Amino acid sequence: MSNSSVISASNLDLTFQTNDGPVHALKDVSLEVGKGEFVSFIGPSGCGKTTFLRCMADLEHPTGGTITVNGVSPEKARMARAYGYVFQAAGLYPWRTIGGNIRLPLEIMGYDRADMDARVARVLELVELSGFEKKFPWQLSGGMQQRASIARALSFDADILLMDEPFGALDEIVRDHLNEQLLQLWARTEKTIAFVTHSIPEAVYLSTKIVVMSPRPGRITDVIESPLPKDRPLDIRDSTEFLEVAHRVREGLRAGHIDD
Amino acid sequence: MRSVIPVLTVVLGIFLLWYAAAIWLNAPWAYDKATRSGEVLTTQTLVADTWSQEKPKLPAPHQVGAEIWKTTVEKKITSKRSLIYHSWVTLSATLLGFGLGTGLGIALAVGIVYNRTMDMSVMPWVIASQTIPILAIAPMIIVVLNAVGISGLLPKAMISMYLSFFPVVVGMVKGLRSPDAMQLDQMRTWNASASQTFWRLRLPSSMPYLFTSLKIAMAASLVGAIVGELPTGAVAGLGARLLAGSYYGQTIQIWSALLMAAALAALLVGIIGLIQRVTLRRMGMA
Repeated sequence: MSNSSVISASNLDLTFQTNDGPVHALKDVSLEVGKGEFVSFIGPSGCGKTTFLRCMADLEHPTGGTITVNGVSPEKARMARAYGYVFQAAGLYPWRTIGGNIRLPLEIMGYDRADMDARVARVLELVELSGFEKKFPWQLSGGMQQRASIARALSFDADILLMDEPFGALDEIVRDHLNEQLLQLWARTEKTIAFVTHSIPEAVYLSTKIVVMSPRPGRITDVIESPLPKDRPLDIRDSTEFLEVAHRVREGLRAGHIDD
Repeated sequence: MRSVIPVLTVVLGIFLLWYAAAIWLNAPWAYDKATRSGEVLTTQTLVADTWSQEKPKLPAPHQVGAEIWKTTVEKKITSKRSLIYHSWVTLSATLLGFGLGTGLGIALAVGIVYNRTMDMSVMPWVIASQTIPILAIAPMIIVVLNAVGISGLLPKAMISMYLSFFPVVVGMVKGLRSPDAMQLDQMRTWNASASQTFWRLRLPSSMPYLFTSLKIAMAASLVGAIVGELPTGAVAGLGARLLAGSYYGQTIQIWSALLMAAALAALLVGIIGLIQRVTLRRMGMA
């Protein structure tokens, strides 16, 4: 394990006991994620990508192997508020304004008032929602709501951002726009991002490292270090390198399916 | 405004049925009187008689209306014959019982949601408590509390509480459990304490359930207060008016107390409905 490793998993196993017998959600999963990396997890449903992310967040407990986040157990990392988690649904409280929703984790963590206000203003600016602080969630579009939920995850300055298909429910055009914004945000904040998706273009466009997974049992079939430059305009998706990476991801996904 | 005509039509229909039923039910007594005095009743005099008897089987609406007018507007509020006075007696017990019942209901619901032992054990008792006929247990509550020196408002409020805590428990257990797994996971990622999760997520999420329960609880409280007034020897309150009316065959008095109780219930439930509308709209949940 290198010193710069933020998330480190080795031989991780997770078996759920169900009425139909044990389900191997994760089997022998090993991965190192370095500081400042943008890692995407891609694979068909049931491949354990979300389960893996939830293990990092201490929302699931592995039945075997070891995993550390920031060098400590996921539980300690969670207690230290080491990560921000963005769920598939924005999950904003309808009775709170956008500002109030972003303030929610800050209130829980006991920040003082002036600090909260400054942080809310800063993260709203980061996701380009300045001026929407006093609006209620229902007054915002789905894409804006998801941006607000990202702002909320950023508000307490965790170094790690865990994102579970955050744009899965949005249409293609909004998704493109948010992907572009997310890359800019990543460049500005230098966070380590783990990103679950089932879209090949999204994974290739965003990531420095793409982890291809396959189901039954959930495992890693390929880890691709992206050759793409850090600065990525949207039209990079028509370049040869991009298409080559996308091709390799597709091959990896197919291979996972064949021995199914 | 669109609902005015349909509502008026229904009200009119009820009045027609009511007047017709009054003729039908009170006619035997009218014939009885006529036979004894040797009179012959025409249709007109029959109808007039059935709608103006002193102790009719079913008083006509205008008789009840006149009685209500007489006992509310024309009587001083302090008078023992004022329906407002009796309504106030019942209302105070209702509101106290409603408050106690709501408090008990929410407390039990919190216990059930947060404590596994309570989750497994309390609910069957709560349900069992409601299978006991309130008429059977009310006199015992009154007598027992009276024996330990508690009388007046509180025993009646206890019966109201007994009826009103139930819908609150059921509704609030559901309401406090209404946040989905994702919202609870989210709280966990922020390392929120149980009380932070309660005040910031569970309690606000339960508001729509709470208000629905409160409406039922309020109506149940009123019934409880009225029932609680029956075994006390009919001193004061709408229940006492009902009981006194039935002792002396004062059907007009019974009906006016009944209508007063119904109006009171409608008013109380309406007020909760109004608070519900305003609150939920402000919370973005309506």
